Amino acid sequence: MSDLRNYSEPLAVPFEAGPQYDWDQLVQEDRVHRLIYTDPAIFRAEMSRIFAGTWVYLAHESQIPNPNDFVASQLGLRPLVVTRDGQGQLRALFNRCTHRGARICRAQKGNAKSFACAYHGWTFANSGKLLGVPWPDGYACDFKDAKFNLVQVSRVESYRGFIFGTMNRNAPVLRDWLGPVAKPIDEWIDRNPGGKVRLCEANRLKFKGNWKLAYDNSADGYHVVFSHASLLAMENRLHAADEKGMSFYQGKPDDAPMYVAYFGNGHHFKDKRPNIDRSQPGALWRIEGVFPGMEHFAAELRAKLGDKAEAALDLASSEPVNINVFPNLSILGNHIQVIDPVSVDETNTTWYGTAIVDEANALGGTAEAINAMRMRTMEGFPNFGEVDDAANFEEIQKGLQCPEDEWVYMHRGLGIPGRAKTDAAGTITAPATDEIFMREYMKEWKRLMKSEPDLAVRREV
Amino acid sequence: MSDTVKDPARSSYYVDESFYADLVAGFSDWQRDDRAIVDATARDEARVLIHREARLLDRNQLQDWLGLFAAECLYWVPATPEGGDPRREVAVSFDDRRRLEDRVYRLSTGNAWSQVPRSRTVHLVSNVELFRGKDEATRMVRSNFVIHEFRAGETRHLAGWYGHQLVRSGKDWLIRVKQVTLLECDQNIRNPSIIF
Repeated sequence: MSDLRNYSEPLAVPFEAGPQYDWDQLVQEDRVHRLIYTDPAIFRAEMSRIFAGTWVYLAHESQIPNPNDFVASQLGLRPLVVTRDGQGQLRALFNRCTHRGARICRAQKGNAKSFACAYHGWTFANSGKLLGVPWPDGYACDFKDAKFNLVQVSRVESYRGFIFGTMNRNAPVLRDWLGPVAKPIDEWIDRNPGGKVRLCEANRLKFKGNWKLAYDNSADGYHVVFSHASLLAMENRLHAADEKGMSFYQGKPDDAPMYVAYFGNGHHFKDKRPNIDRSQPGALWRIEGVFPGMEHFAAELRAKLGDKAEAALDLASSEPVNINVFPNLSILGNHIQVIDPVSVDETNTTWYGTAIVDEANALGGTAEAINAMRMRTMEGFPNFGEVDDAANFEEIQKGLQCPEDEWVYMHRGLGIPGRAKTDAAGTITAPATDEIFMREYMKEWKRLMKSEPDLAVRREV
Repeated sequence: MSDTVKDPARSSYYVDESFYADLVAGFSDWQRDDRAIVDATARDEARVLIHREARLLDRNQLQDWLGLFAAECLYWVPATPEGGDPRREVAVSFDDRRRLEDRVYRLSTGNAWSQVPRSRTVHLVSNVELFRGKDEATRMVRSNFVIHEFRAGETRHLAGWYGHQLVRSGKDWLIRVKQVTLLECDQNIRNPSIIF
């Protein structure tokens, strides 16, 4: 690659061919093979073909609002520093010194114009450019050579505050790749004042299982009453007569107006909003489970805001959507969940909380009270729901150790005429417990695993 | 207000602005030598309470464990080492009386799958130090812990420190706030379904 002169152009990176499986055999119409969850070679291939070959969520702009802010992230297993440089440009730098390879930044977040490697002191600007090395007179080379600047993800784009990156030269622009999933994302953001949220601390979980087990779950309406039996019982402990929390799954979920959808490019969606009559404000508040501070702050908001209080209370309540952007982003209620693969059988799921930001003071000074409630409503599901899902994911990973029982089935709804519908834009919708979202995203997974993406990185000149 | 409204197990009327403000103030800058209570009897009272709490958790006597808490109480596991401001940040857990009873109830249902099978734990508590609280009826206790946990064929250890805010109730002390700072509180934690 030393013959390439213009380093501002993306540099092609060698593509690791990976395992030579018959992908059509591993991913079938109604089932997938256990190996896609258990084989370390497939996992390594995913880290290039998926977690570089398609757009991957990296960070949220509210984590780096100011020039020179940075936040740690990862692209597959590659450690990144996502920066907003002095000119405001977003970049995803490899957190890897170009000298001997050490990470140049150990902090999770902060504000810095430059990063100095702790090992030999090579120092890089937050644009990725090498600023200097100690005692340069000991080198015969020209440090203006761009090969000494940090590698960065060749394409970084942002949509409504969500920052994505890919190394695939042939990927469509971000907005086109999102396609129809942009609509529920827009609706999710625009319900907040000014169309903004601020990421805050997170409920951070880990499970001993493959990352796809989390993505298989995130639009799954079939598991709810079983996996979350204890949460449903808990929600009804004090409110047997009320339709609280996830109660609308009780009975037969397929008969309810909620639905599951597939948008293409791996993106899927579980939309529970149609279950709720939102013609009047306060609809979300009425079904919100009980939480610390509920009675006090609700009374205070009603005293302060009068007939505007119910809409404000809805902002403290969970939005009943699961918006899943392949491969690693799920917008769940008010959470932004990020799925980070660690190894073939270990995954981190980080449930970032979101706070409202009322810059125009549209809420009469009640934003702090709303956020104090919203923090508490968000803690409910990770504490009392997700822990049980994660335990079930771990049981799957253990069960899949049986080599003689090869298949994972995802055929609920398949072959029933009229059950799924496709609209003019190609969006497929089906009843809430249908596994069509999994069948369809697995097709996209297979397409990416079959393809040899044209991967490229970039360096500053 | 009716009695139902004033029952902290049914209504969270007491988690208000002043509760949060007192909480943040009470858990700031309290582990100071000039606030230490070195009286052996007083320290032993606190130690006995915290050791008893550990035993009740290890023996899964969760209703008895709830009885160690004041009616208006908090179980707080921050998501950052310094605790942060719970009005602006989510915590690993932030349970008032009602949510704490919800937690205990959920664990008793038999289908809280993250606790099927149930963890076997020993809570090892040491380094107990007693500090003055905001008034004579309030005391602060710092202790270190290691939780040795065995579940589903695997053993792990979770370590950190506790901050207990105790309030006097007659001749006894009750737990008003139990703050649990896990060493790994700001990292991804596997199966955080036990009571720490």
